[in-house]
Amino acid sequence: MFKNFKKLWMALGALMVLCPLGLIATGTAFGEWGTDQLPEEVGFIPAGLARFADFWHGSPLPDYGVPGWGGNFAQSAGGYILSALVGVVLVVLLISLLNKIVKD
Amino acid sequence: MHIPDGYLSPQTAVPFVALMVPVWGAAVKKVQANLKKKEVPVLAIGAAFSFTIMMFNLPMPGGSSAHAVGAVLLAILLGPWSACIGVSVALIIQALIFGDGGIMAIGANCFNMAVVMPWVGYWIYKLVRGKSDTLSTRSIMAAFIAGYVGLNAAAFVTALEFGSQYHLFQAADGTPLYFPYSIKVAMIAMMSEHLLLAGPVEGLTTALGTWFVAKNYPTLMAERLKGRIKPDALGVEHHV
Repeated sequence: MFKNFKKLWMALGALMVLCPLGLIATGTAFGEWGTDQLPEEVGFIPAGLARFADFWHGSPLPDYGVPGWGGNFAQSAGGYILSALVGVVLVVLLISLLNKIVKD
Repeated sequence: MHIPDGYLSPQTAVPFVALMVPVWGAAVKKVQANLKKKEVPVLAIGAAFSFTIMMFNLPMPGGSSAHAVGAVLLAILLGPWSACIGVSVALIIQALIFGDGGIMAIGANCFNMAVVMPWVGYWIYKLVRGKSDTLSTRSIMAAFIAGYVGLNAAAFVTALEFGSQYHLFQAADGTPLYFPYSIKVAMIAMMSEHLLLAGPVEGLTTALGTWFVAKNYPTLMAERLKGRIKPDALGVEHHV
């Protein structure tokens, strides 16, 4: 898995280290407001939305951060890089399952 | 572009999941038949790249944010079926582990970013590139245009899904039940951000990524473009 394509792995690593740059944009994307932001952004919480918005509570690293690590930029950046690492490891593990079914 | 839960009615979100299940099945079959073992690391890196590039939020005028996706780069390197699998895996991990994009909305999000985007981008790349060399100016331009149009196609279908909710689902008192803005507002917001800022960034990412891979691993794309290995009438396998 890691023997070939060293330059691509290195580029991916560099991107992961640089990812806290993405924290500079503090705004929420259009249509992705949380129920805590809706009263300010929209003025009210639509009834159906309220019913289904918090349907899933199981995310261990919500918003790519470690819960409690939001006090300053260094903490957020640390949580962000850790999130990138966890995400990349999981994605690579899942894709490498294809090794079991593809041909040589 | 990651639709959270609650913004689409279940009547909209669930059919998208039902649609994606056979698409994922077909994608696994296609990849099983066409992807070579030595290309699996490239798909893994590409899917991880897509995951990571989506964390690079770009500030938008008006206080919002948007990001590139990387789906067209994957489609150019390994084909749209591989891109579909790679980006879907990234989106599912984002929803489950990081709460980015809804669980019920996973079908719609995968349709937008792992189906519409890679296929539109792939077709545009092939069309603009024509028969020119992978590293020619024309091919690199083709990658830029493909990334730009692919991301905007995804933004367009996302705005349709969002905006349609406002017109289709309202409470008895007339207030919207799910996404709270009209299709016009959704279109203007989504398309202005992606046409003006996120689209050019996606284009640059796609062009630079294609260039970087083709420069460092010239055989990877060359082999794929030569076509699949198909046995002829005598059963001898050769490149077509």
